[in-house]
Parts: sequence; structure tokens; C-alpha cells
Amino acid sequence: MASQHGHASGADHQHAGHGSLKSYIVGFILSIVLTLLSFGCVMSGAVPHDLIVPGIVVFCVAQVLVQLVFFLHLSTAPGQRSNLTIGVFTVLIIAIVVVGSLWVLHNMNVNMMHPLPMTSMG
Amino acid sequence: MFGKLSLSAIPFHEPIIMGTLLMVSLAGAALLGWVTYQRKWGYLWSEWFTTVDHKRIGVMYIIMALLMLLRGFADAIMMRGQQAMASADAAGYLPPHHYDQIFTAHGDIMIFFMAMPFITGLMNLVVPLQIGARDVAYPFLNSLSYWLTASGVVLIMVSMFVGDFAATGWLAYPPLSELKFSPTVGVDYYIWSLQLSGLGTTLSGINFIVTILRMRTPGMTLMKMPVFTWTALVTNILIVAAFPVLTVTLALLAADRYLDMHFFTNELGGNAMMYVNLIWIWGHPEVYILVLPCFGAFSEIIATFSGKPLFGYKSMVYATAGIGILSFLVWLHHFFTMGSGADVNAFFGIMTMIISVPTGVKLFNWLFTMYRGRVRLTVPVLWTIGFMVTFTVGGMTGVLLAVPGADFVLHNSVFLIAHFHNVIIGGVVFGCLAAMNYWFPKAFGFKLEERFGKYSFWCWLVGFYVAFVPLYILGLKGMTRRMNHYVNPEWQPYLVVALIGAVIIMAGIGFTLLQIVVSVRNRAENRDLTGDPWGGRTLEWSTSSPPPFYNFAVLPHVEELDQFWADKEHKRAYKRQARYADIHMPRNTGVGVFMGAFGTAMGFALVWHIWWLAAAGLLGMVGSFIARAYDTDVDYYVSGAEVEKIERARLVPSQKLVDHVDPASAGQKVA
Repeated sequence: MASQHGHASGADHQHAGHGSLKSYIVGFILSIVLTLLSFGCVMSGAVPHDLIVPGIVVFCVAQVLVQLVFFLHLSTAPGQRSNLTIGVFTVLIIAIVVVGSLWVLHNMNVNMMHPLPMTSMG
Repeated sequence: MFGKLSLSAIPFHEPIIMGTLLMVSLAGAALLGWVTYQRKWGYLWSEWFTTVDHKRIGVMYIIMALLMLLRGFADAIMMRGQQAMASADAAGYLPPHHYDQIFTAHGDIMIFFMAMPFITGLMNLVVPLQIGARDVAYPFLNSLSYWLTASGVVLIMVSMFVGDFAATGWLAYPPLSELKFSPTVGVDYYIWSLQLSGLGTTLSGINFIVTILRMRTPGMTLMKMPVFTWTALVTNILIVAAFPVLTVTLALLAADRYLDMHFFTNELGGNAMMYVNLIWIWGHPEVYILVLPCFGAFSEIIATFSGKPLFGYKSMVYATAGIGILSFLVWLHHFFTMGSGADVNAFFGIMTMIISVPTGVKLFNWLFTMYRGRVRLTVPVLWTIGFMVTFTVGGMTGVLLAVPGADFVLHNSVFLIAHFHNVIIGGVVFGCLAAMNYWFPKAFGFKLEERFGKYSFWCWLVGFYVAFVPLYILGLKGMTRRMNHYVNPEWQPYLVVALIGAVIIMAGIGFTLLQIVVSVRNRAENRDLTGDPWGGRTLEWSTSSPPPFYNFAVLPHVEELDQFWADKEHKRAYKRQARYADIHMPRNTGVGVFMGAFGTAMGFALVWHIWWLAAAGLLGMVGSFIARAYDTDVDYYVSGAEVEKIERARLVPSQKLVDHVDPASAGQKVA
């Protein structure tokens, strides 16, 4: 593959555990359950309308975490420190993008989308 | 069979386009004929197209960038010509639909296919050498990135002659870019050329992050990395964080256009403002993606030619990292006028002012590096000083635009155009040309000729001010951007001056090309046998020029910043080894070329709704990749004996150089 043969580069080459059959199966089942719950939120009709979107968001974030932990083996173990740092950075960027977009567009809606005088839109 | 494609897609009725097509065809045929006549196809294929050597990929990126600079500049001077003419009763020579495509293509080509390939090329050429690595972490991926970028180039060039290009402005804001208002294939060309090249950019971002984090030579801790490598690291982190946003945004626009979705349409709950929001979440980091490596190049240049270590290395690193984070917090300043409240606008206005602080820190670092140094006024230094002056002016007009109240007056005016050309030409173009002059001898083993380099610099510098100061004034007078025609005859003199400025810049570009041609012809006179023509400080200068394909026979051991400088001071440089170990190297592969070609076919087919070809292109890409994944013959070992042979050939002449000029190489001036 690459030419790093003989590279005892500054970075460490220790790999943390790659997971076991059990952890993969647990992750797999959790993923499926979370997916079903998301669909259930919308399709079962049992969830109040106002809670559907927040519900999906919660299950979606949980899904991401399950995949990161069980499939990508993100943890606080010493060998995973740099991955964790990158993970935290990613969370920061995603938070900026998501929270920022919500704030910006909500603010814009409040300021710009006044109800038209002749209609009953609100 | 051919979807929407028919012969009528070729704009036969447009004399300008047909003339260009004729010229391009003749030049292309001449080039192909010449290569065939010289029997160089085999050489090009085996040594360049299929290479996984980061240095050669870097050179190919920069050649692509220079070619695209010509295309983008042709667009620019056509616009300047049109605006210099189309005042009051005169209509100019460009019909509106063509003019709109030209300003769109100018922006897209200059950002995606000139500036991005240029900095990617520089990072390819320099980063592995600076960190003492033998290649990037994923050499095949690197080749693939290049060919994906090339397929984007092919698509955007084809759009000129087959069909049309987007007439929407370079970011293709909806609802104008939606099918209802842009029914032709222009926006589709835009989407797929950017998606293909964006994929390549994202992959090379991943590649370089892994390379810099994992493949540094022993002893090189993060805080002993040269500044250029630091800026490259931050730039690539920004690429990986920001480009997916672009990919998703364009994918949603494509879904609107192809699948009748309504993400950004006016009706059925679509929200065009969300597109503007998302595209600038990518777009603002993008400008720092472009300029940070240029900052890195200026840092290397100014330290080398001042004969001093860079002033404030640590503050440079922290400033770079700070810019990296802050660049994600300013995007709304591109649309202050869209209707957010005072709190939102104030937040983003203040963040924009704050981001200029680390940049200011850098400027002072460069000034203090020059202070009391013995500055040699070579071509790269001229570009650097020109940058420091020009970029400061551009930064200040930027901070002015960051005041939301001022922005309400200046938004979408040519003041804004002048501002961002001020920072992109003054920062990125000057940076790329400085870096090209600086690292050219490393890539080719001979220096670029000074005289034409200086002419080029002065033409660019003077031309820039002549072209853009009138636009600042016109912006304050109220002229908006992208005008095909205007009624106020008072503006015309300014636009004529701007055209003259563009002509001066054209001379600058001409001198750069002339400089390259003359330097290649006189390469014997400018040959550099030492590998260190400038008295460099960082590891790339410790190996020969051009470096052997394995870069370093023995991986250097790093104990301090500016390791090579310290080695020279203590007479430790150029050590010969008693024996050399075998070196593990990646094999060349054509898979990247094939995947790029399939990608081009797929993009073209998607533009024209030729579904069978799109499927074939996608299958070809995936299939080539799978075939590559099962190929086990991807690497080989260079024997220690062969390494010794190459190293002896290199070190013997350079040892001689230390005491006297070898009579055998008389006539070859040694720097």
C-alpha cells in the first residue's frame, strides 16, 4: 500500500481493540431497534404530531453514537485519544452548522415571514 | 438513446463560441499531433498519467491550474471588455445569456479549477518532502483525486461547446437555479463538475490529514513541523469538514432538478434561504482553505530569504488553528441583507472582525521576520511583499464590509467584487505564484528565470490596482455586480480603466508563461545541482532537485525546527551512508485514470439524461475500484544497492560543489 515501511513516525501505531462478535451483534441490534423506533414514530400514529420531529432527531443522534461506539470503536481508551479529539472537533463543527443554521433561519423567518394582510396564514 | 442531447446542443449560431471551439480544436490537435510525432504517449502514460508519485501528481495539478487560469482569465477579460463598452445606448458584444454564463464560469473555474488545483498541487509537491516522508499515505487515492478533479475540468470545458453552462452566478442560488427558471443543462453541468472534483478534493483532504499525522519522520513532533505543513494540515481539516456540506447541498439541488423534490423551490415548503445558508457554511471555510497554504508558503519564503528563523513560529501555528475554527463562525456575513435580525447580524459581524486578528498576527510575524534580516529581493520575495501590502488593503475593506450597516449599502455591489479579488488575487494568486517560483527548482532541478518573473510580478501588481480600484469607487457609487449593460454613462471611464488593468494583468500572465518557456530553454544555465538553491531551512531542501522518486534514501531525524538549517550550520548535512536499506514503494497504476474517465462519462450522461451511459459510468467506477481492491501487486522494494547507486551519483557532484566547480560542468552556472 503506502510507502510507510520502516516509518517509526512520531505517531503511535498501537491499535485499540477491534471489537468482538458480541459487541458487533449488540451494535447491530441497537441500530435496528433505533431505526424501527424512528419509523414507528412516524408510521404508528401513536406519537403526538408535535413530538414526531424531536423523536426522530433523538433516535438519529442515538444511532450515530451507537455506530461510533460499536462499529468505529470510539472510546476514551489511551490508543483512541487522537480519534476522540477528532471526534470532539467534528461534534463542534456539526454543532456550529446545525445550531447556527437553525438560529439563522428561525431568526429570518421571524423577521421576514409576517402574515400577509389578506390571508390567514400565520 | 442520447437523452436530451442532440446536434442542436452545439451553439452553431454563436460566432464567439464557435471561434473558440475552432481555436481549441486546432491547438488541441496540434498538441496531440506533436506528442504523437515525438512518440511520447508511452512516456506520458507510464511516467505521468499513471504515476502515484506525489511530486509528479503535484506538477500535474499545477499545470492544470495554469491552464485553467488562462480559461478563467479569458472569461474575465471578456467581461471587462463588455462592461467597458455596454454603456447607455451601446449593447456591447456579448448577449446577456452568454455574458451570464461567462461570469458564472469565471467564478467557478477560478475557485474550483484554478485555485484549488494550485494549492493541492503545492501541498502534493511540498508536504511529504517537508515532513521527511516518501509519499503520501494513500498514493493511489492521490492519483484518483487528481483524475476526479480532471474529470470536473473536462465537464466544465465541454459545457462551453455542448449545451451551455449555468447562468446563475458562481454559487447557483435557487430559485434561479431550479428547473423552473434554469431549464437548460447549464446548472446540471455545474452540479456534476463540482461534485466530481469535490469528491477528489475531499479524498485528498483525508489523504493529507493522514499523511501529516501519521507519516512524519522520526523526531518531528507537531510543533517541529514547518509552517507550510501546518497550514496544509489545517486546510485539509477544513476541506474534510466543509466539503461534505457542499456535496450535500449540491445533491439536494440535484434532487430538486432531477427528482422533482422541493428542498429549495418557492413552493411546497421549499426554502431557498436554506441553500444560501448551507452553501456559505462551505463557502467561507473555502476561502481559508485557499489562502492558508499561501500563508504557509509566504512564511517559508520570507524566512528563507531573510536568512532568519520565522518570527513567532508558535503564534503562527496558533493563528492558523484559530483561523481554522473561526472560519466556521462567519458565514452569515455573505447574506446580511437576507433578513436576519440585528442580533444575528451583529454576532456574525463581530466574528468577522475577530477573524481578522489572527491574520493580523501573521502579518506582523512576517514583518518581524524581515526586520534586521538580510532580505534578498528575489521573485518569491517580491510576490510576498506585494501580497503583504495588497492583502492588508483587502483585509481592511473586508472588515468594512463586516459592518452590517455598511454591508446593506455595499452588498452585491462591485465594491464587494473589488474586495474579494483584492484578497484572492493578493493572497491566493500571489501566494501560488510566489510558491511556484520558490519550489520550482525543487521540482525540476533548475531555477525559474528572474527577469521575466519580475516583469510578471510588476504587471500583476500594477494591473491589479488599475483593474480593481475603479471597482471600489464604482461600488461606492452604487454599481451592482454582474451587469451586462448599464445606463449611467458616468461609470464608463472607470470601467475602461478597469479594462486597461485587466490588460496589464494579461501581460503579467504572459510573462509568467514566457518565464517558464525561457527557463526551460535555458535550463542548463539555471541548473541547481545542490538541491538547495536558496539556502533553505526545511527538509525538502536537504534532498536533491528533483528529488529521487523515494525522496529520502535515509529518513532524516529531526530534533529541531529548521532541522536542515541546523544540519548545515553544524556541517552534518549531505552525509553519505555506509549502506542503504531497501525502500518500500508503491507501484504506478492506471486505475485512477480509468475511474476519472468513467466519472466524466457518468457526469456527462447525467447532465444530458442519458441514463444507460450514467449507469455504465457508475458501474465502471465501482468496478475499477473493486478490481483495484483485489490487486495485490501494488508495491515493490527498491534494493539498497540501487539506492546507493542513485545516491552516489547525486552526492558526489554536490560534495565537489562545496570546494570547487567541476570543470566538466563548466558552462553550467552553479548557484
